[in-house]
Amino acid sequence: MTQTTFTPTTEEELSDIIASASAPFDIVGGGTRHTPAGHQRLSTAGLSGVRLYEPGALTLVAGAGTTMAEINALLADNGQRLPFEPMDHRAVLGTSGEPTLGGMVALNHCGPRRVQAGSARDMLLGLRFVDGSGRIVKNGGRVMKNVTGYDIARLHCGARGKLGVMTEISLKVLPLPERTATMALAEPSPIAAVAALSKALGSPFEVNGAAWHQGRILLRIEGFNDSVSYRADQLSRLLPGLTLVDENPWDDLRDARFAATSDRDIWRVSLRASNGAKAAERLMGMGVDVTLDWGGALLWASTDNGFDLRSALGGLHGHATRLRGAGDTPALEPAADGVAQLTSALQKAYDPRGLFNR
Amino acid sequence: MDMPIPSAEILSRRADHIAALKSVVPADRVIEDVIGLRAYECDALTAYRCTPLAVVLPCNTEEVAAVLKLCHDRGIPVVPRGAGTSLAGGSLPTADAVVVGVARLTDVLEVDYDDRIMRIQTGRTNLSVTAAIEEDGWFYAPDPSSQLACAISGNIGMNSGGAHCLKYGVTVNNLLGLRMVLMDGTIIDLGGAHMDAGDIDLLPVVCGAEGQLSIVTEATLRILPKPEGARPVMVAFGSSAVAGACVSDIIKAGIVPVAIEFMDRPCIEACEAFAKAGYPDCEALLIIEVEGSDREIDHQLALIREIAERHNPDEIRESRSADESARIWLGRKSAFGAMGQINDYMCLDGTIPVSELPYVLERIGELSKEYGLGVANVFHAGDGNMHPLILFDANKPGDLQRCEAMGADILRLCIEVGGCLTGEHGVGIEKRDLMHAQFNAQDLEAQMIVKDVFDPKWLLNAAKVFPLDASEARRA
Ligand SMILES: Cc1cc2nc3c(=O)[nH]c(=O)nc-3n(C[C@H](O)[C@H](O)[C@H](O)COP(=O)(O)OP(=O)(O)OC[C@H]3O[C@@H](n4cnc5c(N)ncnc54)[C@H](O)[C@@H]3O)c2cc1C
Ligand SMILES: Cc1cc2nc3c(=O)[nH]c(=O)nc-3n(C[C@H](O)[C@H](O)[C@H](O)COP(=O)(O)OP(=O)(O)OC[C@H]3O[C@@H](n4cnc5c(N)ncnc54)[C@H](O)[C@@H]3O)c2cc1C
Repeated sequence: MTQTTFTPTTEEELSDIIASASAPFDIVGGGTRHTPAGHQRLSTAGLSGVRLYEPGALTLVAGAGTTMAEINALLADNGQRLPFEPMDHRAVLGTSGEPTLGGMVALNHCGPRRVQAGSARDMLLGLRFVDGSGRIVKNGGRVMKNVTGYDIARLHCGARGKLGVMTEISLKVLPLPERTATMALAEPSPIAAVAALSKALGSPFEVNGAAWHQGRILLRIEGFNDSVSYRADQLSRLLPGLTLVDENPWDDLRDARFAATSDRDIWRVSLRASNGAKAAERLMGMGVDVTLDWGGALLWASTDNGFDLRSALGGLHGHATRLRGAGDTPALEPAADGVAQLTSALQKAYDPRGLFNR
Repeated sequence: MDMPIPSAEILSRRADHIAALKSVVPADRVIEDVIGLRAYECDALTAYRCTPLAVVLPCNTEEVAAVLKLCHDRGIPVVPRGAGTSLAGGSLPTADAVVVGVARLTDVLEVDYDDRIMRIQTGRTNLSVTAAIEEDGWFYAPDPSSQLACAISGNIGMNSGGAHCLKYGVTVNNLLGLRMVLMDGTIIDLGGAHMDAGDIDLLPVVCGAEGQLSIVTEATLRILPKPEGARPVMVAFGSSAVAGACVSDIIKAGIVPVAIEFMDRPCIEACEAFAKAGYPDCEALLIIEVEGSDREIDHQLALIREIAERHNPDEIRESRSADESARIWLGRKSAFGAMGQINDYMCLDGTIPVSELPYVLERIGELSKEYGLGVANVFHAGDGNMHPLILFDANKPGDLQRCEAMGADILRLCIEVGGCLTGEHGVGIEKRDLMHAQFNAQDLEAQMIVKDVFDPKWLLNAAKVFPLDASEARRA
């Protein structure tokens, strides 16, 4: 059965749709997401377009339905970018469509540059949204520093639309570097690899990519030409054998494309960097394929279908999300009791009728 | 400034409440004598004072939980306090409130350079956090000017920033986890040594909640290796507008300095008289600091010089040594002290889009004439966070009121041009009633909902942040 799709073009229209709804919605941005629950669809496609872009103030404001393709192109034209490297899930999830700004914030997307530039939430300046009662709300703004009232804008980062439908988003952007360089060093052991990554990240050379993939340590440095040469030189002294390589592994790492071709389950695990090393060693012994990013603090695992990764991790992790695959365990990490109570109370407060993404 | 009328019922049972506090925590944690309480009657917004019912200084999270549970059960309001340096009245008590201070929670619990984290108790001062790791070549980035005195607890309460946040972000960007106690005594852990949350992340709303959601007792902080070096350049201009245009051009050119600070003539003159830093005689001055190795610094400073020269500066003074850097920073760092020498002043904290700088400075000049009060401008230009200092005479009847009225006009101006009331100091009581100018009823409701969830009885620092008329029904 085909589902009704609502495509509001204004906040008022969206508010009316929500206020008069009697059944839950799937909030759809680009629809590149994995498994819509089969509810009526609430598309953000009509809430799109760049509203304001001031390169000299590092500020971008756009409708939540604006495609990432449009935003990335505009920024690139002006020598700027979203520094946190939002992931493109199409390869690994086998979906099509154009990812949107709203979907990106709703998932708090970020790639390898997390170690330096943070995630979407760190660059979020403000947003507008409509909650489950149809209330149109503004929070934060377009300026770079703002502590006026509670920061409920950042609550939406990673909330997957459970607190409301975002309509407009303001972000801080940053300049593109003059040069990007990648360095590599063979290292079969995850323990030794993470120790080396820690050394690099603990240096003043502003490493902004630090991964261990297929038996190699990968480091990225960016900046002015001369600066990159200098830092590459310093880093190769710090980690003998580390050399510049003429390749760009970072987009593949960002999108976990290395896991796209198999049909195994894919897990994304966030954990303390040194635990990343321990977890990698343990999982490899269980036949799990492991890649580490964020200096060890992000672990990608491809496992046999239905594998209970969380038990296998034995408490080493902060949280683990099953990005692809099914199983008896929930896809998202269950929160501790106290936190879960607060979170579900918040969800009820913003969405008393349970309309969003349940 | 209106505050809610204290509960006569609570005041009349004061002795009983204090005895009860002493039954749940050791008696030496409780301060009840008039002289002891005096230190807690205000924060750095000294124009407003009130003696609290009692003060408790717990020695661990469990004691905080015991005190909160007791106050919760008895319906006694609680005001969380760090070091009391809030400029917004964030830690100002009411007469019927128990102040719960974290001043005795100062331990470093863990430092891990491999994982680039540090876990501390939140009563520790900002500067002593960095001091604990400095010798090993590390630092904690957010650096409010009050860092010698202010505590991490207050930094979390206000989501404080500092001169270097253009590059490193503010508190929320450097906070990975925390332990906190809810008003009913429940102890909650959020986040940890890992970098993000798996689902809805409560951390960013607790950070900056001005002590209204919980009392934070421990924090996991992101720490960073120190840069190889840092050096500033000072550029003097004939007008504020040109200085503003120069800032925008630097950023457009792809350079993100660690700090860009702005001072106008009244501020430069006061600093010069006070600190004798040898600043040029000019209308506006920028201090721009960059980081890296010597060679990297030279390169960035050369780029900045090139851009600045296009704006016909009066003077460019580039630091070549630690000594010269210190001299350039001397005046800026003593700005607040310098103004304090010549006048009473009120420090505003609105943020504006950088592009609106010339217009806003012009309007502030006009308001200054209308009200007959002097204004000196010093601020973080890279991110548009302004600190206009309005000069007044506290001994002159009516001056404080005029100053507050002018401050409110300037903040409304910030909102009008697309900015906000406060960039880093917080709302507290100071800007509470101006919240109506920035937010409509729906916006405020969407924020107050969060407090309903964390503190259903509205006992924690309830008379702050939200306009009293907006929060009245909930506080009743
Ligand atoms: C760690 C992780 C966990 C994931 N978990 C899930 C999951 O639990 N369920 C799932 O279906 N997909 C999940 N995905 C897949 C992801 O949704 C897609 O891969 C894609 O990145 C989203 O971009 P999009 O614009 O196509 O957004 P969509 O696929 O259209 O939406 C992405 C998410 O954001 C929400 N959303 C989109 N726009 C708005 C808006 N304007 N306001 C509020 N919410 C909005 C959607 O409801 C959806 O939850 C997950 C991905 C990652 C990396
Ligand atoms: C000279 C001077 C310069 C300053 N410069 C800056 C600056 O550059 N940048 C900047 O951002 N600020 C600045 N400030 C403001 C002030 O120092 C900051 O707001 C600081 O973070 C307050 O810390 P505190 O420990 O003194 O907190 P307090 O004043 O004690 O409390 C601040 C707020 O946090 C809450 N709070 C305190 N402890 C807790 C806790 N344990 N749990 C939950 N909530 C709590 C309080 O209830 C209150 O609302 C300056 C102040 C002065 C006096």
